[in-house]
Amino acid sequence: MNETVVELSRFQFAFTAMYHFIFVPLTLGLTFMLAIMESVYVMTGKTIYKEMTKFWGKLFGINFAIGVATGITMEFQFGMNWSYYSHYVGDVFGAPLAIEGLMAFFLESTFVGLFFFGWDRMSKVKHLMVTWLVAFGSNFSALWILIANGWMQNPLGAEFNPDTMRMEMASFAELIFNPVAQVKFVHTVSAGYVTGAMFVLAISSYYLLKNKNVAFARRSFAIAACFGLASSLSVIVLGDESGYEMGDVQQVKLAAVEAEWETHEPPAAFTIIGFPNEETQTTDFALKIPYLMGIIATRSFDEPVTGLKDLKAQNRDKIIRGAEAYLLLKKRQDVGLNEQESLLFDQIKGSLGYGLLLEPFAQNMAAPTEAELDAAADYSLPNIAPMFWSFRIMVASGFLMLIIFAYAFLLSTRHQIDKPKWFLKVALYSLPLPWIACEAGWFVAEYGRQPWAIAEVLPIHTAASNLAVSDLVISLVAVGVFYTVMFIIAFGLMVKFAKKGPQHSGDTSRERPTVADTSVTTEGAKA
Amino acid sequence: MDYETLRLIWWVLVGVLLIGFAVTDGFDLGVGALLTLVGRTDNERRVMINTIGPHWDGNQVWFITAGGAIFAAWPLIYATAFSGFYLALMLTLAALWMRPLGFDFRSKIEDPRWRSGWDWALFAGGLVPALIFGVAFGNLLQGVPFEFDAYLKATYTGSFFGLLNPFAILAGLVSVSMLLMHGAVWLQLKTTDMVYQRSVQVATILGVVTAALFGLAGLWVHVGLDGYIITSAIDPSAPSNPLLKTVEVAPNGLMTNYSIYPWMMIAPVLGIGAALATALLSLRNASGWAFLTSSLSIAGIILTAGFSMFPFLMPSTTQLNASLTIWDATSSQLTLNVMFWVAMVFVPIILAYTSWSFYVMRGRLKAADIESNSSHALY
Repeated sequence: MNETVVELSRFQFAFTAMYHFIFVPLTLGLTFMLAIMESVYVMTGKTIYKEMTKFWGKLFGINFAIGVATGITMEFQFGMNWSYYSHYVGDVFGAPLAIEGLMAFFLESTFVGLFFFGWDRMSKVKHLMVTWLVAFGSNFSALWILIANGWMQNPLGAEFNPDTMRMEMASFAELIFNPVAQVKFVHTVSAGYVTGAMFVLAISSYYLLKNKNVAFARRSFAIAACFGLASSLSVIVLGDESGYEMGDVQQVKLAAVEAEWETHEPPAAFTIIGFPNEETQTTDFALKIPYLMGIIATRSFDEPVTGLKDLKAQNRDKIIRGAEAYLLLKKRQDVGLNEQESLLFDQIKGSLGYGLLLEPFAQNMAAPTEAELDAAADYSLPNIAPMFWSFRIMVASGFLMLIIFAYAFLLSTRHQIDKPKWFLKVALYSLPLPWIACEAGWFVAEYGRQPWAIAEVLPIHTAASNLAVSDLVISLVAVGVFYTVMFIIAFGLMVKFAKKGPQHSGDTSRERPTVADTSVTTEGAKA
Repeated sequence: MDYETLRLIWWVLVGVLLIGFAVTDGFDLGVGALLTLVGRTDNERRVMINTIGPHWDGNQVWFITAGGAIFAAWPLIYATAFSGFYLALMLTLAALWMRPLGFDFRSKIEDPRWRSGWDWALFAGGLVPALIFGVAFGNLLQGVPFEFDAYLKATYTGSFFGLLNPFAILAGLVSVSMLLMHGAVWLQLKTTDMVYQRSVQVATILGVVTAALFGLAGLWVHVGLDGYIITSAIDPSAPSNPLLKTVEVAPNGLMTNYSIYPWMMIAPVLGIGAALATALLSLRNASGWAFLTSSLSIAGIILTAGFSMFPFLMPSTTQLNASLTIWDATSSQLTLNVMFWVAMVFVPIILAYTSWSFYVMRGRLKAADIESNSSHALY
């Protein structure tokens, strides 16, 4: 396998996936907020909430269009760039992807059309139902894609079949109830809700700062503050971290984000900050909180958190066993196995992935040298510093947003939303935070999985398609140019329409210009 | 359910998804490709876009789901075809990126250059995928150059330009003509005035052209193309490993199934007959019936490709035994079974709410509807 092709394929996948995930969390969050706003409209009959639904819906539409466009790429890229991956795990991994289409995409996409075009064609309640179905559709989609992704991190319920040369599903239930997938789902959709809330909070703050659309902006601000506070609590409390107990590669990530080089006496200390040093395998200037790590990671005081050095040593042993499985499989293909060898293969075929990991390092798989084994063991772990830092960036952004939402919530309950100008500015400039957190989080999850495509089953260099470098160069240029242009256009439109504000958004405000103001006075009187 | 039945069912189900895609997303690809031809003024084009506005996204999911279903049911096809047709698929994706953005963004800014730019983007977004899907089928019918090693790692040895051979280009033209006909029929159903009249003309012409091109392709298959035949014993319940069988070239092999199962002739007959009927019904202003026959013609044409190749899905020209068939390119029995039940539950639900969405948005769109909507609640 050509190494350049593997690296370019990785880069293309990472770029298109991370780019796609600029738009996904906003869709996840905004669809729910639209449903909440419209519910308030249907329950109270106040037109301003309909206007809010339509205005935020318009911004949602711009985001949704580019999300759909870049989502198409994702569905086909596995086959295009990761051909052997698609063959090797399609039996398992393809199922949640197909279910995502049948259960989620159809729902979301059919009803999103009615959301935009159906306002005058159905009753209020029916339209509200349509909006909720869009929200459920987008969240179901997150569920199934995270079941697929969770399986890449912790591949349960599947077994290698040498007759077909691939992993095959052994238990559908284990696939969908994979605990890693479950925590990932909750964590990811909560992050989406936070993103939607921050989007609405920041743009509402902008209007309040400019002193326009005040009635509209106050209500949006309040909804965003409530929704954002609940979601950012959920994203932190139900954090991904609980998923790191399960599966060996998850353990590697845990050790990596904490730069936990050694296995310490339980309960381990938690490193707040420091500088991981790959060469000396220590963390310089580490600031630690005693016991915390052990409690977070193992939920106990007596279980150790395995350090990186020990994980690497364990991997080295697995590589030796993997080489054995690899050789047996080769023998099976060349001359066939006797009964005893078949039994042995069945016992150790779980380590086959480690054999594939060793393949590019070993001159002779039957007798790998000590140096080759060391090199493969080194390769079996991701680089520590990028993991350590991106995790901290994610967590810091998360806590910052929690503080912002908590304060915004406080202001909302005290009816002082537009009083502190400094806070409105803070809220406005915090707009990028959820995206920084989301992208950093995905970086931890996926870079932390390296060098595996499927944890301990299939290394990335085996997973890639047998393409020419020129193919990758052409596709990378196409993706780079189109995606950049698309981003500039969508971003420009978003800014244009966000600045323009809701007064031009729908026919409602023009037809009945006083309705909004009336509802303000009513509420003002009540307050 | 036994493995053999499941494998057959999944061949049918993927066929259903592909036909569902061509019948639904097909008309909005067609509308996109006809945008500049049928719509002469900005307002006419907005009418056209708004007829598909509420539906294109749901329709496109047929394509996405067909991709996902092929991944789940025929992982070897997903792996081999999509990496083999790498640049062609990349081009298709690039064309498809234009559509969501074009539909949503085009009418948000008044500038004529902005709008005409998106018109051409939507034109390409409709035409290019229609062409490439046809070209891909044209190549699958002839077989494509790929090989497997003993570990079933695929290597494709053809090139992008190798896909553009004469028969494949003819197949691409059939696909373009068929989907543009379908788009024109949809516009007849949903519009009035000039857009309606031009759509009638286009549908009439393309009904005849589709029948002629498809007939020509049939003739070409009959006289000029070889097929493939499995020469070893077929075990329909064997593990999915394409290398366990032997395959040979069979002169005129793509016609074999029609002599064994004469009822299969219904597909090509429907393809030609329904296309001609579409031309006739369009002339008589029977838009609803024309939409039905146009859909039937599409189904007939796609089924013809499937019937002709059965049980082959993707024959290999360079390592004949590596050819992928419905008996050795599928997922495991468990996966096919699980996915079968998932499909049984969700496909009827999808059909129900999709029909409802078309029902809610029923009726013709007039130029006045667009003109009165300066706030861009519509596209």
